[in-house]
Amino acid sequence: MKWETVIGLEVHTQLATKSKIFSGSSTAFGAAPNTQASAVDIALPGVLPVLNRGAVECAIKFALAIGANLNRVNVFDRKNYFYPDLPKGYQISQLAKPIVEGGALKIQVGDSERTINLTRAHMEEDAGKSLHEDFHGMTGIDLNRAGTPLLEIVSEPEMRSSAEAVAYARALHTLVTWIGICDGNMQEGSFRVDANVSVRPVGQAEFGTRREIKNLNSFRFLQQAIDYEVRWQIETLEDGGRIEQATVLFDPDTGETRMMRSKEDAHDYRYFPDPDLLPVRLDEDWIEAVRATLPELPAAMQARFQRDYGVSAYDAAVLTGSRALADYFEAAAKACGQGKLAANWVMGELSAALNKAELDIAQSPVSAARLGTLIARIQDGTLSGKLARQVFEGLWEGAGEVDAIIEARGLKQMSDSGELEKIVDEVLAANPKSVEEFRSGKEKAFNALVGQVMKASRGKANPAQVNELLKAKLQ
Amino acid sequence: MSETSLSTLAAQLAGKQISSRELAQQYLDRIAALNPAINAFITVDAEKTLLEAAAADALIAAGQAGPLTGVPIAHKDIFCTDGWLTTCGSKMLSNFVAPYDAHVIQRFKAAGMPSLGKTNMDEFAMGSSNETSYFGTVKNPWNPAYVPGGSSGGAAACVAARMAPAATGTDTGGSIRQPAALCGITGLKPTYGLVSRYGMIAFASSLDQAGPMAPSAEDCALLLNAMTGFDPKDSTSLDREKEDYTRDLDKPLAGLRVGLPKEFFAEGLNSEVAAAVEAAVNELKKLGATPVEISLANSQLAIPVYYVLAPAEASSNLSRFDGVRYGYRAPEYASLDDMYCKTRAQGFGAEVKRRILIGAYVLSHGYYDAYYLQAQKIRRLIADDFGAAFKACDVILGPTAPGTAFKLGEKSDDPVEMYLNDLYTIPANLAGLPGMSLPCGFDAQGLPIGLQLVGNYFSEAKMLNVAHQYQRVTDWHTRAPEGLK
Repeated sequence: MKWETVIGLEVHTQLATKSKIFSGSSTAFGAAPNTQASAVDIALPGVLPVLNRGAVECAIKFALAIGANLNRVNVFDRKNYFYPDLPKGYQISQLAKPIVEGGALKIQVGDSERTINLTRAHMEEDAGKSLHEDFHGMTGIDLNRAGTPLLEIVSEPEMRSSAEAVAYARALHTLVTWIGICDGNMQEGSFRVDANVSVRPVGQAEFGTRREIKNLNSFRFLQQAIDYEVRWQIETLEDGGRIEQATVLFDPDTGETRMMRSKEDAHDYRYFPDPDLLPVRLDEDWIEAVRATLPELPAAMQARFQRDYGVSAYDAAVLTGSRALADYFEAAAKACGQGKLAANWVMGELSAALNKAELDIAQSPVSAARLGTLIARIQDGTLSGKLARQVFEGLWEGAGEVDAIIEARGLKQMSDSGELEKIVDEVLAANPKSVEEFRSGKEKAFNALVGQVMKASRGKANPAQVNELLKAKLQ
Repeated sequence: MSETSLSTLAAQLAGKQISSRELAQQYLDRIAALNPAINAFITVDAEKTLLEAAAADALIAAGQAGPLTGVPIAHKDIFCTDGWLTTCGSKMLSNFVAPYDAHVIQRFKAAGMPSLGKTNMDEFAMGSSNETSYFGTVKNPWNPAYVPGGSSGGAAACVAARMAPAATGTDTGGSIRQPAALCGITGLKPTYGLVSRYGMIAFASSLDQAGPMAPSAEDCALLLNAMTGFDPKDSTSLDREKEDYTRDLDKPLAGLRVGLPKEFFAEGLNSEVAAAVEAAVNELKKLGATPVEISLANSQLAIPVYYVLAPAEASSNLSRFDGVRYGYRAPEYASLDDMYCKTRAQGFGAEVKRRILIGAYVLSHGYYDAYYLQAQKIRRLIADDFGAAFKACDVILGPTAPGTAFKLGEKSDDPVEMYLNDLYTIPANLAGLPGMSLPCGFDAQGLPIGLQLVGNYFSEAKMLNVAHQYQRVTDWHTRAPEGLK
């Protein structure tokens, strides 16, 4: 039997507000345990939540960026359950009337583009952390994270492979960091993915029973977890078994998913509207004010890059992989006036060097302005491609400005035609055999002569000029 | 001293006839003498009280006194009070010293009013007789065999016994007005949102409202001036211009239309209470008011609606009492779930547990629509009834409670009978309207009878006007229990 995979993702993005969603405490990561937990965060008797408008603005930005509906009146609900790192015994979330509904995101898998529709996105508060190590049979509770604002973004079950799921998660990651509502740091838990996975026979209309893989904090784990889960579900069904609805965890060490709780253990969260908070009302002025703060979005920038810089659709998609990368490319392209060449350098030499050094574009030792100057020196004939790579190495090592490196390392392409002519004459005189072969029709011999001239010039000769001169001399 | 109004006390303090320390000491002495029998206070801390009084004296000496500076006040033990044990009447918080002040406490501190201590109350404000307190029953100062009402029973009893010139209370379904009625004092529940709930331990968030309790309407107006005001820490606090609630006290009542809801004078009302309320209507008529019969047809559904909504909110509000971070924790347990179960089984009393169970039930999957949502719809209808009624009248008048104080233990085994005591007070909470109770007579046994006024939103000044004019021509509110010496 042929099987089809069905995947929907729920992504918890931590919103990049300075303070928590319902208190004034800082949201900064990494502080000593419980130093960023106020009376409200630890749920002392009598305290009350007050909504941080910054969190709402993040949600508005997101809705505008994906073309979603913004519910002009949306409501916070209480999700009731007991857990030691949930101080109030309930989480403030949005169930019936979330702030964002609908919207869509374009993804690119290989050569094909797909649109994934979103169901909803809602604001909620994060819980604290339970620390099980170092406490000898006890559990430590750190409430620094309690009350950190989250936007939970739920997709429709429209992805059909782990590759599509990863592409969607990456596109979403790019977008939320791009519009500045999330720092995207997956190690610190700023972007956490839950994957709902099911399989069904190809052609079957109704969905199979899904299992939810919780808390995947890297794209690699997302892919591995889905691939394992899909294989497991298909094997189970083909062996005559049934899939029970369940929540599972992915173990990166074994590469397997394992059951966390079955549907029978599911909580009844007893949701109801939080009487401590008024419904959130979004007026048009507020929405428009937020819209005015939105940067140019990736899709718009891709179109513009193709139009203004003549880069391909594929290159435009790669170059808008992050706002920092796109900004870098555009600055370099503007500095040299050579869009395609700049794209090649950014995606080629620079990306390779960054990958090797495990650096982010923002940490690049070579600034966009210097890369632009380098490209300009290729364009004006000062540097050959090969020399340019040597200059790039100098830039990477921090040896200063482009022209200074060219000067100091003697990397200038030979521009004096008299000097080049002298070398060409010497080479022709020293290689009578090659000259003879060329004249008798062997094209290869010409390349050997070019190689000899380049060698004699120690790579500084302009290859085009060498070609021209040799041809003239040999006729 | 025992018949002195807040304005008189403030004048004496301003005129240096008495210092705040001396005044506070007099009340502390009376508390020391009477509290063992009445049990109105859970915590008294003379040292703290006298320090606050000394600070008030310094303000008076520096010419920085406000209208109530130096006058002491007792606070219901539901308000978090920095450095004070704050128990909410529960074993669960029997060891909880609050690390911050509730907004109401801050307000009274800012007004320069020293705290006389924390008053007894039904556990988590759940009760109408003060019998659910972990710290023992409060006795009615008019007859110690009777309950003082609840949940602000300690507050009402300490004012009635003149152990404090004034007290704070909170009212979720009648918890200011019913004990005020049963103890023969005046108490006011403001419009929902007028007084910040920050630092007031939540029972039912959409209904809870703090208010003043004192002998007279004039006292309540002064106290309301001190405690109202916008608080950015409470999202349901209303951002309105500050009012002077004493401004209309002396207005004549000519032309006033007093609405008498026929449903409040029907079956179930004690005949002595009915007679006293009717006599009060006659007094108001003499002052120029016109009675108008009105109908609040849906108010008969108020008790069932309330006992869905209030427990629903309470079941969630009380989840934070889990033994993890503060308060009581069971001494022995086998696992996390066992710790939760034992802590909450041991830390909460029977009435609190009953309401948590009801609340969890009405919110649970499959029952939410039938109970919670249905109750919210009826709540709307009850509010609409009031809206229609206020087209025909300026203020609504009726009994506060169906009877006078009942005997200790008389209703504690029958929750539904107990719940019926709040029949007339709950509708105002459901609608978010202001209401007040004031003394209007005594029954044959010498127990006080309370008269309730319910006003339209933000009409506290008008209610206080009506109450003050009534109190100018009657002396019920000046009577104090005899034999408490």
